[in-house]
Amino acid sequence: MKLSALHQSYLSRRSNSFRSSGPLDSASDAGYKSSAAVFWLILHGLCCLISLVLGFRFSRLVFFLLFSTSSSNLYTPPLRSAAELAKTLDVHSVQSTNPVANNLQLPFPNKTATNSRVIVGRHGIRIRPWPHPDPVEVMKAHQILERVQKEQRLQFGVKDPRTIIVVTPTYVRTFQALHLTGVMHSLMVVPYDLIWIVMEAGGVSQETASLIAKSGLKTIHVGFNQRMPNSWDERHKLESKMRLHALRIVREKKLDGIVMFADDSNMHSMELFDEIQNVKWFGAISVGILTTSANIAESLDRKEEEENPRMPIQGPACNASNMLAGWHTFNILPFAGKTAVNIDDRLTVLPRKLEWSGFVLNSRLLWKGGEDKPEWIQDIDMLDGDVESPLGLITDPSVVEPLGSCGRQVLLWWLRVEARTDSKFPPRWVIDPPLDITIPSKRTPWPDAPPELPAKEKPEMGIQDPIVKHVTKTRTSRSKHRSKRKHETRTDTQTSTRHAEQN
Amino acid sequence: MEIWRWVFIGIIFLADFIVKIEPFKLGRSQPTERISGSAGDVLEDDPVGRLKVFVYELPSKYNKKILQKDPRCLNHMFAAEIYMHRFLLSSPVRTLNPEEADWFYTPVYTTCDLTPNGLPLPFKSPRMMRSAIQLISSNWPYWNRTEGADHFFLVPHDFGACFHYQEEKAIERGILPMLQRATLVQTFGQRNHVCLKEGSITIPPYAPPQKMQTHLIPEKTPRSIFVYFRGLFYDVGNDPEGGYYARGARAAVWENFKDNPLFDISTEHPTTYYEDMQRAVFCLCPLGWAPWSPRLVEAVIFGCIPVIIADDIVLPFADAIPWEEIGVYVDEKDVPNLDTILTSIPPEVILRKQRLLANPSMKQAMLFPQPAQSGDAFHQVLNGLARKLPHDKSVYLKPGERVLNWTAGPVGDLKPW
Repeated sequence: MKLSALHQSYLSRRSNSFRSSGPLDSASDAGYKSSAAVFWLILHGLCCLISLVLGFRFSRLVFFLLFSTSSSNLYTPPLRSAAELAKTLDVHSVQSTNPVANNLQLPFPNKTATNSRVIVGRHGIRIRPWPHPDPVEVMKAHQILERVQKEQRLQFGVKDPRTIIVVTPTYVRTFQALHLTGVMHSLMVVPYDLIWIVMEAGGVSQETASLIAKSGLKTIHVGFNQRMPNSWDERHKLESKMRLHALRIVREKKLDGIVMFADDSNMHSMELFDEIQNVKWFGAISVGILTTSANIAESLDRKEEEENPRMPIQGPACNASNMLAGWHTFNILPFAGKTAVNIDDRLTVLPRKLEWSGFVLNSRLLWKGGEDKPEWIQDIDMLDGDVESPLGLITDPSVVEPLGSCGRQVLLWWLRVEARTDSKFPPRWVIDPPLDITIPSKRTPWPDAPPELPAKEKPEMGIQDPIVKHVTKTRTSRSKHRSKRKHETRTDTQTSTRHAEQN
Repeated sequence: MEIWRWVFIGIIFLADFIVKIEPFKLGRSQPTERISGSAGDVLEDDPVGRLKVFVYELPSKYNKKILQKDPRCLNHMFAAEIYMHRFLLSSPVRTLNPEEADWFYTPVYTTCDLTPNGLPLPFKSPRMMRSAIQLISSNWPYWNRTEGADHFFLVPHDFGACFHYQEEKAIERGILPMLQRATLVQTFGQRNHVCLKEGSITIPPYAPPQKMQTHLIPEKTPRSIFVYFRGLFYDVGNDPEGGYYARGARAAVWENFKDNPLFDISTEHPTTYYEDMQRAVFCLCPLGWAPWSPRLVEAVIFGCIPVIIADDIVLPFADAIPWEEIGVYVDEKDVPNLDTILTSIPPEVILRKQRLLANPSMKQAMLFPQPAQSGDAFHQVLNGLARKLPHDKSVYLKPGERVLNWTAGPVGDLKPW
């Protein structure tokens, strides 16, 4: 079991030596005739049984206590086998710092002649009485992390960051809170100075004002007199007008920085704000176009997709030498005829050819007066007609700088999701006064509410499933489902059939 | 008079303020700091011209044939012995004239007898070394001249020239008696330990430079992990009860900090191990069965401050690199308070350590690149050897004088190889 095993089995290399050194093991080799051998055998068996029960090598403990030469060692082995015990156990091990010789916690002496305070052998596993994080230390650690990250930004991040001027057209509607909060939170995390110009169609409203006040950013909230029209075309035109108005504000106030267009339903990544700091005059970035496909089965022509996989991306296209060669635009052919016309149509909403949000410009381009403005920028006061995209502001499209490793990185996503025009929402999303209609919940595991609840008004949709496409299917499934339920009351089946018919 | 005193004080204050700004500006453009250890600013010394090394021509059964039998030896953490040989063969410090050599190198690959799992078996190494020394002492007169005092050997195994993986056995054997006068270049280093001889040179374990190079991430990725560690806490195969492996220190780390969100520690083997290290501020480098580990090299390359939990350890090139200023030493008995210790380090100290780690000569000194580059670990070894020159006159023995006992050691070692 000893040396040959050592040579052959490498896996058990560490534990073998212990087993070979303990005198107990000699019992297996010794003859069975001598009483001493029998005694050792019995002792060995006893120790094995006790070890099985306790979960650690009892024999070693016995020998340690009997034969150890070290003084004042209080040694409690860690009960690691029982996981719960290990958690609650408070284990200490006082190592003897006897400088005379290396005192092992094992019953054979060490032959070293040097004075080392490090002891070879089994040590206790130190666990402090409350091995859980201390909140004060966690805060300190976070402060250290912040400081380290600040230093990293100083060294490797953008040098001399410029202010970012964000232009957002918006208007009051159900989804405004959703969209605007998203943009607002993205802007709040941006590590650079920010000025947020919010243009609101339909005039300045308390809704929007209270939303953006929560951001703590420098905001310029401007109202636009026209109301937002209902068709997507008109909406895009009005938004372009609002953005131009915002650019005029930038010119009037002589704001210095980088102008970017953040539509309120877009999603921006943090790398975007780092990347646009690299723009010199006029830059373009790749925008991921996310379209909701309402009619899944018919919208895509499979064969065409396989031949020419089209990416839903709008942005600059570069040639091999990383120079601007053209533009990627979103392919609208698969959606021909099935696009949404009005805002509340449940069809695919398509972007314009080139969205405003894919462009950034240096605010100095908009300033009045000569300075060192390049010649290819048009004066916005001279523009009268509609500007579809910022490319209409410049005369020479080849000067556009492609950002995001030449358009290969998609740093923001364009999305248009709106609710029905007649959908109502509580002003400022606060329910005041409280609703006086209560809907008893039926599809819960809790026992039914006492049946004397007034069968007042059980409004239609409430908790039930949303869009019902094929009415017959759901009716049968619902009744099937209902028949299985235990807590069925007759009124329920009546109401269910009633509103199934209503559908 | 009063006014002039205040003006004087004001000027001094202003001057102090201005002087403070200057180093800050320097810090922005040059985020590193020069490293100088106890031997001075020696990391960038060039050993060429300061020493001459003669490489013995041993029969290929000592080196090439062993490597041919198992080419895995080139990739494991003990590969330094092979790469050192290759480096010396083509280095300008090599001399073909042994009369003018300051140091003599014996290329014997003692750590290349691998198990199927890839772990080196040291059982034949003493015999191999002994046979090699017998060869060089009988074929060349230089060994007998000094009994090996101007020879150096690379012994990168767990406990160096004690040639065993188990600490008790290694201590029992002690350093091979024939190597008692030679200079040992080894990865093991622990103060007041039998297996660390006075005057040994500690080197880092081999870590593949190309592999680490391919996993670099952009430096502006913010470091968001506070403490990072991946590895075993309990060696269930060899020490199921715990307390023996790593002297219980790794187990203590696990038991105390397994539910602490600041500590990203686990036993998994993620594919993003190197990338994660670059996103961490502190990387734990606790001892295992031996006190050294390649984690130190990885931490230095990836700019993560090493937290060294190994009592009395001697780190690589300890005289050239001031490790106390670069890493954090934690006593094994203080492991339960590791979080307090790490969070109480002032941020300026942490930033300074990161600056020292960012020094390219620091990273270079930990690597064994092929082909060798200036300032790398090969050159640091040569620098270390050069610092030990000139040899003391007492190393030269009178002809016929014998100091070493050639028959000392376990009987098994005396068998020929």
